Amino acid sequence: MDWFDSWALTLAVFLPAVGLVLVLATPKAQEQTVKVIALLTTIVTAAVGIGILTKFNYNRSGSLQFVVNKSWIPVIDARYHLGIDGIALPMFALSMLITILCIIYSWNHFPEPHNPKAFLALILLLEVGMNGTFVAQDLILFFIFFEVVLLPMFFMIGVWGGPNREYASIKFFLFTLFGSALMLLSFLALYFKLGSFQIPELARLHGAGIAHGTQVLIFAGLFLGFAIKVPMFPFHTWLPDAHTEAPTVGSVILAAVLLKLGTFGFIRIALPILPSGAQTWAPWIGLLAVIGIIYGALACLAQTDMKRVIAFSSVSHMGFVMLGIATLTTFGINAAIFGMVAHGLITGLLFFVAGSVQHNYHTREMSRLGGLLQQAPRMGWILGFAVMASLGLPGLAGFWGEFPAILSAYSPAAGLSEGLFRGFMAVAAIGTVLSAGYLLWMYQRVAFGVPKDEFAEAHIHDVGPAEWMAWTPLILLTLALGIYPQIIFGVTDRAVTRIFGG
Amino acid sequence: MYRLAVETTTAKAEIAAPWLISHAWVIPLLMVLSFVTILLFGKRMPKRGAEVGITAVGAAFVMSCITAFQWIQHVEDSLAGEGGSALSGLGKSLVFHGGVGAESGIAPITQTWDWWSNGLIKFSAGIQIDGLAVMMLFVVTFISLLVHVYSTAYMEHDTRYTYFYAALSLFTGSMLVLVVANNSLMLLTGWELVGVCSFMLIGHWWEEKPNSNAAIKAFLTTRTGDIGLLLGVIVTFFAAGQTFNLTEINEAALAGRGGHTIWLVGASLLLMGIIGKSGQFPLHTWLPDAMAGPTPVSALIHAATMVVAGVYLGARLYGVFWQGFSIADGGMNPMAIIGAITIIVGALLAFVQDDIKKVLAYSTISQLGYMVMGLGVGAWVGAIFHLFTHAFFKALLFLGAGSISHSGSHHSFDMKKDMGGLRKFMPITFVTFMIGSAALAGIVPLAGFWSKDEILATAGQSGFHFFQIIGIAGAVLTAAYMTRCIYLTFFGEYRGHHHPHESPKAITVPLIILAVFSTVAGLANAAPLGVEKFAEYVEPRVAFPEVVVPQFEGILAAVSVMAVLLSVGVCSYLWFRKDQLGPFKGLTQRNAAARGGYTFLVNKYYLDVLYTDVVVGGIKGPLARSAYWFNQNILDGVVNGIGRGAPAFGRGLYKYVDQGTVDSAYNGLAKETGAAGGLLRRLQSGQVQRYALLIVIAIAIFSIALILAK
Repeated sequence: MDWFDSWALTLAVFLPAVGLVLVLATPKAQEQTVKVIALLTTIVTAAVGIGILTKFNYNRSGSLQFVVNKSWIPVIDARYHLGIDGIALPMFALSMLITILCIIYSWNHFPEPHNPKAFLALILLLEVGMNGTFVAQDLILFFIFFEVVLLPMFFMIGVWGGPNREYASIKFFLFTLFGSALMLLSFLALYFKLGSFQIPELARLHGAGIAHGTQVLIFAGLFLGFAIKVPMFPFHTWLPDAHTEAPTVGSVILAAVLLKLGTFGFIRIALPILPSGAQTWAPWIGLLAVIGIIYGALACLAQTDMKRVIAFSSVSHMGFVMLGIATLTTFGINAAIFGMVAHGLITGLLFFVAGSVQHNYHTREMSRLGGLLQQAPRMGWILGFAVMASLGLPGLAGFWGEFPAILSAYSPAAGLSEGLFRGFMAVAAIGTVLSAGYLLWMYQRVAFGVPKDEFAEAHIHDVGPAEWMAWTPLILLTLALGIYPQIIFGVTDRAVTRIFGG
Repeated sequence: MYRLAVETTTAKAEIAAPWLISHAWVIPLLMVLSFVTILLFGKRMPKRGAEVGITAVGAAFVMSCITAFQWIQHVEDSLAGEGGSALSGLGKSLVFHGGVGAESGIAPITQTWDWWSNGLIKFSAGIQIDGLAVMMLFVVTFISLLVHVYSTAYMEHDTRYTYFYAALSLFTGSMLVLVVANNSLMLLTGWELVGVCSFMLIGHWWEEKPNSNAAIKAFLTTRTGDIGLLLGVIVTFFAAGQTFNLTEINEAALAGRGGHTIWLVGASLLLMGIIGKSGQFPLHTWLPDAMAGPTPVSALIHAATMVVAGVYLGARLYGVFWQGFSIADGGMNPMAIIGAITIIVGALLAFVQDDIKKVLAYSTISQLGYMVMGLGVGAWVGAIFHLFTHAFFKALLFLGAGSISHSGSHHSFDMKKDMGGLRKFMPITFVTFMIGSAALAGIVPLAGFWSKDEILATAGQSGFHFFQIIGIAGAVLTAAYMTRCIYLTFFGEYRGHHHPHESPKAITVPLIILAVFSTVAGLANAAPLGVEKFAEYVEPRVAFPEVVVPQFEGILAAVSVMAVLLSVGVCSYLWFRKDQLGPFKGLTQRNAAARGGYTFLVNKYYLDVLYTDVVVGGIKGPLARSAYWFNQNILDGVVNGIGRGAPAFGRGLYKYVDQGTVDSAYNGLAKETGAAGGLLRRLQSGQVQRYALLIVIAIAIFSIALILAK
């Protein structure tokens, strides 16, 4: 094993921490230096990421690569165990990309109370947690990375957020923590039952050694931990508040990456380690998923705030992801991973645009907006593109998360009720119309028509250089993945088939 | 040297000829490139992007023609290779293995690429060129070219001229993707993309709310039908053994693989998609509203091409419908019934419109009904032939209406207020409009006559006599409402307040070309004259059911033509001689039943009220609001309740358990929670302690559970 193979993941996870230290060491007054350090850090991290993407053996994407496995806490046999396979790779790459884009977007857009030093430090800390979660192969390590994410987001919402930020940030924190506690408990239960924290080892056992009833219980703990993060109905109420109050960049990271930690947990940990527990839970997960699809869409229709529409749309869209997972089939899980990436790109873009709309108009109330296409035509077009992508238009990325997930419900894994899942399939298909409805109505209210009197004379900035740089990658990727979905499926399929292919 | 050169040329020609038909993907690709070019650079070009669009669509048209000739050549060669005289066999036998060389089985020319894989199954993207595809390529590029040219004049002063051409290019490209797709997923892609273009173009003048409302209505209504399409694609995917390939699906369907029921389900679901896209009852209501878009768009998208996508789907997956609806048995089936209802429903509504474009829109709905009914009664050739002829005469009529509004009625489409007597001012528009109307009414020997007759003859000979009668009734209504429309527009006194004149050449030349096609297009498959090009070249010979080959029935043709002429005659008499309906004048004032019927029609059978107010209003209003109320008050109520309860629990714990050991941290918590401040304040403070508390509670609950589980 050469040097890069054994150090790449460690670098990719902890380089942002180095940048964090540098940022903290720089005086607060030197804003430009702070920004440059932060941006360079994420770029260097991404360079390591690109190295991983190029050296990754795609013919063996089913097995863990770039593995590091060192003793860490010998007492409980927790190990510093990192590794990446086809399931983690797309999310890992997405996480690095989004972080860079967020720093670029923030360049001249720091929300009140400004303070770029602290803001960027939090973003870098977030990246450590996000990157780490996707590659951790030890449950304790996973838990720590999973929790590391929590604090910076808490402060980001609580300090840089909107008027109701305190309520939102604490709700976010407590909700997630409650789930985490149960998740940790389930991890401990697994350890006591099977004597290991190593995810690959536990997954290989495939549930052997744990009675069905116990599996169901342990799965329940994991379910709560992950379902709150996703978030699934009815544990989603923290999300709209967090999204609405969070600064633009916070919303983008939250939507694009943090929500995926939950779904990723299902795919990486809950399903492979506790297959028979998953079997029992799957119909319930499927039910909550389709309720989420419809319910989230209906809630969107009742919103007057543009950002809140997008926030509730996440509840609806993550329902499709969870439906795919609930089928326990390779088809559904591949679709789920695709859906995670697609939702990250598209909803990230939507939140970016919503942020710029707010920056220009100082409001997100749709009754006061209108005529964006007239005042900022490029931004109007980009919003239109994002709306079309979000409603699952074939040819754009969103479709490939949605359609195969619906399709997989026609024929769920053996042992699951076909009739029930076909019912879910039909409901999910109805959800696609509702999502077209709320997105187009939102677009109509924001972009069509003429500007309201109060903004008729306002000077509106169309898409600026920083925005172009931050948004173009998202647009191009949405297009590329939509036209040639094999970019993702080609990476995930082997890994998914290896773990779930019967 | 000379001979060598000749040989090289011939060889080249031979290589070049098959190249295009096997690489027909360049045609849609060209239009997509045109879209991107216009979008990025159009505004800086001398003709503001129109030149790119026209060049591209012109090239696409030429290539489509070449492809069509190559296909005809391919069919001829294949038949000759099998011994020539096999024309009588004409591939009516079922072929389940899809290769060239099976008896009369001339397979589509396909080309595929790896697209995606899932569960280690590989799915390919691909195109297939056969008679149906080349016919559609020809129609789409031809109408699109004329509309492109026409729009240079019609849209000349439009603020978003460049954008308009970009959207036209994207639309044409998407429509071509739809028609060359060899799998249901790509077909779905094209299908949704044309829907988006339709949305963009209906809402072209989005400053006005009614226009963007119409655009959204169109998108959402067709997407409601798309629930069926989406599920239909899924059901056929599994029924055919996990494939999206259209030929394989048809083969599996005709073989009845997996039993009849699943194909019935699949066909019904796909029919839902057709109903949405092709303006069939009861989802036709978006199409008249779609007239809010510019008139060239109405001609191209909402008359000639996009709205026939549903009919195309029905024709493309005919095996599924044939099997699912048991069309061979000659009984009632949903497809024929929907089509028949639509013929009558659409035609009746055309009578009460004052807007000329709405007359044409309802007429389109009615004619689409013929096509869907045709498919439902086994008249595959008739339906597709009607699609072909309808594209010409309906595009002609729409462009004629556009010409009138451009030069005759000052941007108005109101026949009663701003038209009348225009035949004197706009002779070319008048004559071509008359030809289009006669073709639409089915007057011999114009285009509509042949295709309508083909449908009616097949219906009768396949045992669907009821639908034959509906078809004739529809023709009578069509002739009547078109007579009314022509009278109001071109005869009587001019009622507008401007100076009508004939339109410029960019408008009249497309009208003349379309008038020629509306006259002669019917001869492409004029059975009594011994020309059956559609049966020969368009009808598939692979994975296709054994449809009835209709015999020409002189009596039927005579009856329908006589009925149409009678209808025209009676209406003309009423309108022209006695002016304003003669004895029927004021009927709605005198007769309650007539008044009721009229009101019922004017309100479009109250379907819009049902959809917009009841369904959409119900979902957007009470349903969405109550879901959100539930979210804010019930779900969040629980969350906030726990938020309030936990501190109370902590207080109790402190008071009764922890009193002795005064811990400063708990002290702080209790002090804060004891205060009667708002929830926020209470939540905000002491989160670390609450974290600990929650973990303790959670661990306690789970430990108990785990112990019990053992």
